[in-house]
Amino acid sequence: MNGTSAPFAARCIVIAAALFVAAPLAGLLQRALSGNGEVWGHLIAFVLPVAVADTAMLLCGLAVVCGVVGVGTAFLVASFRFPGRSMLAWLLTLPLAFPAYIVAYVYVEVLGAFGPVQGALRALFGFRLASDYWFPNVRSIGGAVFVMGFVLFPYVYLAALVMFRSQNHALAESARVVGASPWRVARDIVLPMARPAIAAGLMLVLLEALNDIGASEYLGVQTLTLSVFVTWLNRGDLGGAAQTACMLLIVVAVFVWLERRGRGIGRNMRSFAGHSQQAGAHDGTLLCGWRGWGATLACSVPVAFGFLIPSAYLAQEAIVRSLRNGVDADLLRHAASTFVYASGAVVVTLLLGFGASMAARLIARGWARLCVSFAGLGYALPGTVLALGLLTPFALVDDAFNAVARVFGGRGVGLVVAGSGAAIVIALSIRFLPIVTGLAEAGLARISADLDGAARTAGASARTMIATIHLPLLRPALAAAALIVFVDSLKELSIALLLRPLNVETLSTYVYQFAVRGIFEDAALAALLIVAIGIVPAMRTVRFARPGNRG
Amino acid sequence: MLNSRAPVLAGLVATLFAAPAFAQGEVNVYTYREAKLIAPLFEAFTKATGVKVNVVSANSGLEQRIVSEGANSPADVLLTVDIARVQDALNAGITQPLKSDVLEKTIPAQYRDPAGNWFGVSMRARVVYASKDRVKQDAITYEDLADPKWKGRICIRSGQQIYNNALFAAYIAHYGEAKTEDWLKGLKANLAQKPSGGDREVARDIAAGKCDIGLGNTYYWALMQNVETDRKPWVEATKVILPTFQNGGTHINVSAAALTKHAPNKANAVKLMEWLAGEQAQHIYADMNFEYPLRTGVALNPTIASYGALKPDAMPLVKIMEFKKVASVLVDKVGFDN
Repeated sequence: MNGTSAPFAARCIVIAAALFVAAPLAGLLQRALSGNGEVWGHLIAFVLPVAVADTAMLLCGLAVVCGVVGVGTAFLVASFRFPGRSMLAWLLTLPLAFPAYIVAYVYVEVLGAFGPVQGALRALFGFRLASDYWFPNVRSIGGAVFVMGFVLFPYVYLAALVMFRSQNHALAESARVVGASPWRVARDIVLPMARPAIAAGLMLVLLEALNDIGASEYLGVQTLTLSVFVTWLNRGDLGGAAQTACMLLIVVAVFVWLERRGRGIGRNMRSFAGHSQQAGAHDGTLLCGWRGWGATLACSVPVAFGFLIPSAYLAQEAIVRSLRNGVDADLLRHAASTFVYASGAVVVTLLLGFGASMAARLIARGWARLCVSFAGLGYALPGTVLALGLLTPFALVDDAFNAVARVFGGRGVGLVVAGSGAAIVIALSIRFLPIVTGLAEAGLARISADLDGAARTAGASARTMIATIHLPLLRPALAAAALIVFVDSLKELSIALLLRPLNVETLSTYVYQFAVRGIFEDAALAALLIVAIGIVPAMRTVRFARPGNRG
Repeated sequence: MLNSRAPVLAGLVATLFAAPAFAQGEVNVYTYREAKLIAPLFEAFTKATGVKVNVVSANSGLEQRIVSEGANSPADVLLTVDIARVQDALNAGITQPLKSDVLEKTIPAQYRDPAGNWFGVSMRARVVYASKDRVKQDAITYEDLADPKWKGRICIRSGQQIYNNALFAAYIAHYGEAKTEDWLKGLKANLAQKPSGGDREVARDIAAGKCDIGLGNTYYWALMQNVETDRKPWVEATKVILPTFQNGGTHINVSAAALTKHAPNKANAVKLMEWLAGEQAQHIYADMNFEYPLRTGVALNPTIASYGALKPDAMPLVKIMEFKKVASVLVDKVGFDN
């Protein structure tokens, strides 16, 4: 690739990314058009009023919890030195590794009538029955916001942390010198500069919440996604379900548009940010005494709710049940297959996601950016809907393989894509591509276009420019994206459940088999393994995302 | 960086991505019953026949997967945990009729498709869990659940969940849409809390005093009693009552097996289906899954037997399934889950 051919290669990448996501969308659209639309009268009259209200409350609650917790902790970790900071920095990412529905089960146990908390209350105050006193019910919208908020906030935390750390500290310092309070610095300088990244992180939270089905159903929240499934499974109306899913897509497209508009507002801050890397040695202001411990406490609370309490509960159950029932020897094999699929998804999304974002910047035209936004819609589809939408394209490819094989060998080759792990990796990549494009674009937005111009004027080829300027500057953002894709793929359930080959389990499908029968504690060890596999990359990424630390 | 682990990893990757072989002596099962929980059954089958069983389990969408895989599909047998899914498979045209003297002799006619597209293999009932302390009666009808005397005393999971959906469909099959709507309104008015959780939570909430009665499947209570010993307090505070329709019996549902249209290992598939109806498999269904065996002469698990004599509702399952859509619509209409 040299300077002149770059736009052509760039065009190919951008279009490839869009086509990649277009495949399941076409499958979905085909099913939606096959529906007769009779479902809508009923949905509008009886389902949508409640579903829209419940979904809106859930999403607003999550935006507040994840925004406050994610941005707050990232700001503390990035800007200050306090006791336990380096450990909390990566502990704060770990809640992401828990499937939300497992944490929902855990909190229903822990905070339920027979859990340790209410048990202690009864013992303390002498109540006999749970109906004798008031205690907040986890199985409610508030409970769902609590559970999902403390599982999903790391999306915001990671995105914000990367941006805070690579920010121009000199600018903040200057503001402090001329007398601005730390609060004003945060409000007027640090936050606006990180806004694109925070918005990208919040987007991921909301989309992940929209995709959830297990936690909402268990906690009794009537979400739009749930109504897609009810339409499909109980009313046998796959077409109507596809239409409902398309409506969800429109909602998400509005989110994406709002996020992009928000990014435009932050644009005037960009030029400050472009030259920020040299400030990398800055390691934060030391917080002394109670302020330091206050920061430790503030960062520990989300870690406790999102990670420590669920882990402790699961660890206790894992020990008790392993002693009673023994350890399932197959778990290691399931862990290995989970690892391989997740790694495959990381490789594909990184190549395609970074390639497409970078290419769109090189092309610098509206249609290219539109293609990248379009590629973000894969995340908007509930996993099962995405998997269903892919069945048809996979079948077409497999038919082609078999036709070719029969021409040459006379015997069919079976299901090359749909019957192998390739189906899962492709589906995971389509779903999680927006994590990479979102964070890469937010990162790229902070690199001044003047820098590109200067490099090209100086005669650098596109490849040299990307390798020497963009890739190094984006490395923390890409590392964070890779971590999120990896951990998300580890715990992904719906796609793996429908698309996995015969005799293969991932850790999440393994856990689900027990959870669906209401005995999730029997899979406590497998749930912990998902987290364990996520720990090493989490530790590495958070160190990696620190400026001045290049490997 | 190549080291000694590389070939192992390469081998693993190859296994994960390789398409399954159509070897002799195998049968491929797509199942809605969780692979892990059905494993003892298949292990016993392999031991008895030497035929290896390959499994993939899911909670939805297996019919669509088989449809799109078309003639290349490796699936031989589809196992469902309810009649609705097997009906979906039939509608999708992915089953084939099977003429089996063994199955026709063992499985009572009302629990299999007359044309042979599917065969029931085990059965469970949708029953009432009730507080031992606060509910004195030992008999109840489904109709009774809408009686105002239960106001604020009933717990239940989502009305859209398949077990409840099938029960409500059965109610429509008995009484028609309008009467069922009234009944659902009455039932909704009696709920102690918004529908949520699963069948186990019903026992939990009764034990906690949040409600006095609720609906659950027969095997959950037996599992908590016999296997999940840490849930003993929930079963100790509750009892199981087998409810009936006023003019009928107790609502039941069956797990079913269907032979797929393009089954590449048809002979082994038939062997498996017939084996599932045999003595050994039916004992496993009874004692490990706590279901009602469909083969006559196979003893019930003692806990299941302790519920009393089951009188299954005579309404044909296929008839009930015609109303599952209406049942789902009514649940939304009366705001049951809100």
